[in-house]
Amino acid sequence: MAVCIAVIAKENYPLYIRSVPTQNELKFHYTVHTSLDVVEEKISAVGKSLGDQRELYLGLLYPTEDYKVYGYVTNSKVKFVIVVDSSNTSLRDNEIRSMFRKLHNSFTDVMCNPFHNPGDPIQSKAFNGIVSGMMVQTG
Amino acid sequence: MECQEEKPIIYTMENKPIVTCAGDQGLFTSLYTSLVQQLPREPMEWRRTYGRAPKMIHLEANFVQFKEELLPKEGNKALLTFPFLHIYWTDCCDTEVYKSSVKEDMMRWQNSLRTHNSADWVIIVVETSDTKKKNKTNILPRSSIVDKIRSDFCNKQNDRCVVLSDPLKDSSRSVESWNSLLLKLRTLLLMSFTKNLGRFEDDMRTLREKRTQPGWSFCEYFMVQEELAFVFEMLQQFEDALVQYDELDALFTQYVLNFGAGDMANWLGSFCAPVRNWSGLLLRRPIDMEKRDSIQRGEANLLDLRSYLFSRQCTLLIFLQRPWEVTQRALELLHNCIQELHLLEVPVVEGALDCWVFLSCLEVLHRIEGCCDQAQLASNCSHTVGLWAYATDKLKSLGELCGLVSEKGPTSEDLNRTVDLLAGLGDERAETVNSLQSPYKKLKEALSSVEAFERHYLELSHAALEMYQAIGRLRSARLVGKSLAEFYMRKGDPKRAETFFQEALKSYVSEGWRLPVTHTRRQIAECQKLQARTEDYLQTSALLAGDTNLSTEEREHFCQEILNFAGKSGDQSHKVTLSMGVFAQLTRLQFHPATASVHSGAVLQVELTMNCLMPISMSIQQLAASIHFDVDHGGTHGRSKLDQRQINAGTVEFSQDNSSVGLRSSAAAGPSLELDEIQDRSPSDNFLNSTGVVCKNTHLVMRCHDSISPPNTPNSVSPSTVAMKEGGQMLKVQDIILKPGNNSIIFTAPSGQPGTYTLRQLCATVGEIQFVQSHIYPTIRYEVYSQEPQLTVDPVSEPLLAGLPQMIKFTLLTGHCAVKKGDALQLSNTDTMPFLPSTSCTARISCQTSDVVGESILSIQSSEKVTSISLPPTPPYHILEFQLEVLCIIPSGLDSVANERLTNGEVRHRPRSYSHPDTPMTAVDQRMSVDCPWSIYSTLLSLTFYIPFKTKHSLLSAGNRKYIQVCVQNVSDVSFTLADVKLTEKQHASLELQSLNTKTHQLLCSKHSVFCLWEVRWKDELPSCLQCVFSANFSPVNKDISAFKPFHYQFQLEGVTTLYSVRGKISPPAGEQHCRSGFLCGFEVSITRLTEPAEGEVAEDSKTDGDCLKTTKLMYEVADSSSNWAVCGKSSGMVLMPMKANCTHKVQIEVMPLFAGHLPFPKIKVLKYLPHSAAVAIQSDPDSCVENDSLSLLDKTLDDQGDTASIRSRGSIHSVGSGDQQQKSIAMPRLEPFSPGQVFNHSYGQQIVVLPATDDHIMEVNAT
Repeated sequence: MAVCIAVIAKENYPLYIRSVPTQNELKFHYTVHTSLDVVEEKISAVGKSLGDQRELYLGLLYPTEDYKVYGYVTNSKVKFVIVVDSSNTSLRDNEIRSMFRKLHNSFTDVMCNPFHNPGDPIQSKAFNGIVSGMMVQTG
Repeated sequence: MECQEEKPIIYTMENKPIVTCAGDQGLFTSLYTSLVQQLPREPMEWRRTYGRAPKMIHLEANFVQFKEELLPKEGNKALLTFPFLHIYWTDCCDTEVYKSSVKEDMMRWQNSLRTHNSADWVIIVVETSDTKKKNKTNILPRSSIVDKIRSDFCNKQNDRCVVLSDPLKDSSRSVESWNSLLLKLRTLLLMSFTKNLGRFEDDMRTLREKRTQPGWSFCEYFMVQEELAFVFEMLQQFEDALVQYDELDALFTQYVLNFGAGDMANWLGSFCAPVRNWSGLLLRRPIDMEKRDSIQRGEANLLDLRSYLFSRQCTLLIFLQRPWEVTQRALELLHNCIQELHLLEVPVVEGALDCWVFLSCLEVLHRIEGCCDQAQLASNCSHTVGLWAYATDKLKSLGELCGLVSEKGPTSEDLNRTVDLLAGLGDERAETVNSLQSPYKKLKEALSSVEAFERHYLELSHAALEMYQAIGRLRSARLVGKSLAEFYMRKGDPKRAETFFQEALKSYVSEGWRLPVTHTRRQIAECQKLQARTEDYLQTSALLAGDTNLSTEEREHFCQEILNFAGKSGDQSHKVTLSMGVFAQLTRLQFHPATASVHSGAVLQVELTMNCLMPISMSIQQLAASIHFDVDHGGTHGRSKLDQRQINAGTVEFSQDNSSVGLRSSAAAGPSLELDEIQDRSPSDNFLNSTGVVCKNTHLVMRCHDSISPPNTPNSVSPSTVAMKEGGQMLKVQDIILKPGNNSIIFTAPSGQPGTYTLRQLCATVGEIQFVQSHIYPTIRYEVYSQEPQLTVDPVSEPLLAGLPQMIKFTLLTGHCAVKKGDALQLSNTDTMPFLPSTSCTARISCQTSDVVGESILSIQSSEKVTSISLPPTPPYHILEFQLEVLCIIPSGLDSVANERLTNGEVRHRPRSYSHPDTPMTAVDQRMSVDCPWSIYSTLLSLTFYIPFKTKHSLLSAGNRKYIQVCVQNVSDVSFTLADVKLTEKQHASLELQSLNTKTHQLLCSKHSVFCLWEVRWKDELPSCLQCVFSANFSPVNKDISAFKPFHYQFQLEGVTTLYSVRGKISPPAGEQHCRSGFLCGFEVSITRLTEPAEGEVAEDSKTDGDCLKTTKLMYEVADSSSNWAVCGKSSGMVLMPMKANCTHKVQIEVMPLFAGHLPFPKIKVLKYLPHSAAVAIQSDPDSCVENDSLSLLDKTLDDQGDTASIRSRGSIHSVGSGDQQQKSIAMPRLEPFSPGQVFNHSYGQQIVVLPATDDHIMEVNAT
């Protein structure tokens, strides 16, 4: 499904970034990093209008010729970014949302781990498994 | 035919619904202007079918003359030319005329309508007052014609005939009739719309449902639905029109997707035709008829259809004033098209799509620019910037494709490709032929030459870059910048490229994106290499060599680059200095010994653990740490000061900013705060003024906030190169090999001069390259101290008991002095604390880490004055320990406090005893004076001994007989055996002290007392003053007899002789045998002088009587403290006693018993009365007495003895006089008690029976 999934800390450094191994990892790093621009733009736009009651899902951040980049921001300003291949037309908004929700749940589990130091890169196997699940389904 | 008719209409874009007019054309023409004007004036609500929201709509119409041909034929789907309403105009008011011609005409009109199934008609009868007047004769009432028409045509549809009265007059009637006409027309028009459009939509839907059938054509359907869109557009319902296009768009998209899923529709085949033309979007025309035709003909390819659809959507969106949606949709469209072409596997010439996208982007931007002003554009950059960036991107890839980017210029193959691409652009469109800046021209120009390409590319890039920056999308801007830099690199302009790379790198480093960091850094390395900036290149190479994101080969390559340079034998002056952080990281530093504090000259090793980041082993010529040296001005100091400062016990862990794990979090979060609590107390009363928390490492925390990348991290952009300071002293190792990973390096630290050594910089030299770490944090320092020799003496066991041999330990810290053979300690002997000679005394020599170095036997030589201890040779900074046995003689009471001189001439202080607050034992400080070989001054040492005993004595009298009691209390924790108790008198040989003690050995347990008693016997006369010495031998229990030590206690007894005897006698009231409570009794006090006045006593006497008999004044007092007796009358008084033996003085006092029973006698006290003249002289005496009280416990025992008598008497004086204090101060006559032996009270302890007031029983008990 997804070709790249990234978790980015509040301070904008990557906590977790993984992409489909067959493709150029570096490209995704650039893509995800650039998408932070739009994430910030959206957060600040939302912050002004709605205050605390805001939607975590940011929707399509920006399309490129080959990929669609979706964003999601937790209340603690941790960002999730999912990059989907543009040719993958079967993915609708709802599916992306549910992917983010799953990701968020798993992320919450990671944070609940008393041995995890918030701010450290995520190395949880469970989280990795969830991410793999989202990336493998493409077939 | 139809198409040709439509064209002009559509081109003008002034389509209006067609309304036909039949009947009186002249009449209509006269009314036409006002009709056209007034019809759109009022909006009408248009209720829609299918639950669509009603809309207010301003209706306009295009009135045309009725012709048969206008009526649509069966099956014609054209809506634009559809006449929505048919009007018949007549102003006929003559029945005849009506019947003869008008009716016929109407019939014909109606028939033709009916044949075409058109039910939307209306007949308007215009009535003017003029017409009425003219034909007066045949005039029917106005209603009749209308009625006639209605009855003839409007079968049950009366509203189909409307009357317009006096349309050209300005009367209220006219206005009213106009209004009703207009309302009618509008209503009818809307009805017609609803009906006809509804029918059309139904037909369209039916057609759409057939899409699964074979032979269904999307293009046909497209034309049908677009017709509807045209109508909506005509009605100014752009929203609805847009919906039609969006539906078409979605339908088409779905088909393409289905195709992707394997469901191929036949009609889609035409869209899969190879793309031959990539001229881009055309948005300048409202309708691109060429494309529309090709769609209609079914010849359009995918790009044609998409382009046409988008151009229509664009037109409508601009009508709707939503230009920014255009840009957004454009980007989506472009991306989508590329995906769709890919999906449909449409063959496309390489680069063709890039051209198409490039042209399209620019076309959209031009279109938007055309409809917005500059300010709007500037504030909506965020919407357009995507297109700019996309265009830039595409132009770049075109440039690369056509060989316009390389340094050499395009090859012939490139040129061929360029020609092909340009061919696909076709001719420039008519609209833009004359404009200078059309996208077409731009592209053509850009592809024409390298220079032109560069110009256009840079222009676009900078435009995109600036826009991104303007809207705050800095990351995107950097990415564009990077791409620009890559372009410059291709063009062979590394200088310009580097700034962009550095910019981008800074951003990635600050946000901790490692992969982009590595990638960009590698580009920078290339860039720097091209510019031959050796130092920077080496620095970057070092960073890359240590970058784990690179493959080992790449890392080794960069490492080799460094080594290559290092190996070059350049001139020595040119050394390249690089930051240490990129090369190796300090992990840990350990001091051996761990205290990091050694005496001067000692060996201090520093073990440094370094994590080498290089991929291969590096051989280092020299690794050096420069040292800053501070001389300690504190002189000699103890060890405690050092220990405080060095908390970390010799190991310093350097905080790891480990790049391999990518722990950017710590760097991003900054160093943790080191907080301390502070309390501000006022200096005067220690009152808390304020309290707070202070951050100790503000400089670090703040620094990290200022510039996000903290220095000394391996990821920093270009670590500031640091110059190695040439410090005087260094930690150095030569020729070592650092392996990848952790390495342990051991330095030997210089420890020559005493002082503080701070490690400042670390420098590794590899050939011509120096890796320097300018600061070592946390601060690392070690201390070298120089220590004076120190001698201390401690008890081996606490407490030291006086009177018994005790072990004391001598500890000698040699410090910087060595003890040479023959050096000796000279201890001045004291009487009170002799050193006991021992057979074997061993000294232990240990170094400061408490390892025993050696033992040797001490030789001790004692002379009269001095004990000399020869010390074994001991090296500096060692500890020499030995033990000696000493005995502290218990001071015995009344030693004369004469100052003696010690051997060294110093005034000797006699040890003074004092009570120690911690123990009940009396403490004695013993000072020792030691002459040490290293100093010309004597060392004074002090030991505190505790006296295990407290001794008290008392004089007991029985008439003239005297007894001395000594009480020995053991206040220590040890039990003793007391033996050979003896009491001797020193001065009076005639005196005999007869012991009444039976046991020779007596156990004296801890906290217990032993009492001893002697009777004093004398032959001729008892001396008034006795100098007694109590002596005993004691030893701890369970020790043999040899361990017995003597214990002496000296004391002095004064006023031993009984001077007076006092006797009280109670006589019952007269006639009674016994006293009764409540009855007064007589109390006779008789005081008898027992002895002749002694020599000393005479002086006290002050008064001589007439008969030359010397008298002395006594004060007596009768008091009863236990409230048994009430003393009536004078209870105290003065008595003049003649100083002659056996003189008796009697005093009668009345007392009353208050209780029945055996009552002790009232107390009688006798005191010396000193007249005031004598008082001054004796003033000093009681003072000294007081002083003794407070200072000397031993002396105090004397006072304690007389406790019962003296204290009571003082209390009673208080009651008689006006206070002791006052008396003293004004030198009044005063009273002085006798010492306890001088007055013997016969009635002391005597009791008398007192009967109850009414009791008859008699009982007398005498007790003594």
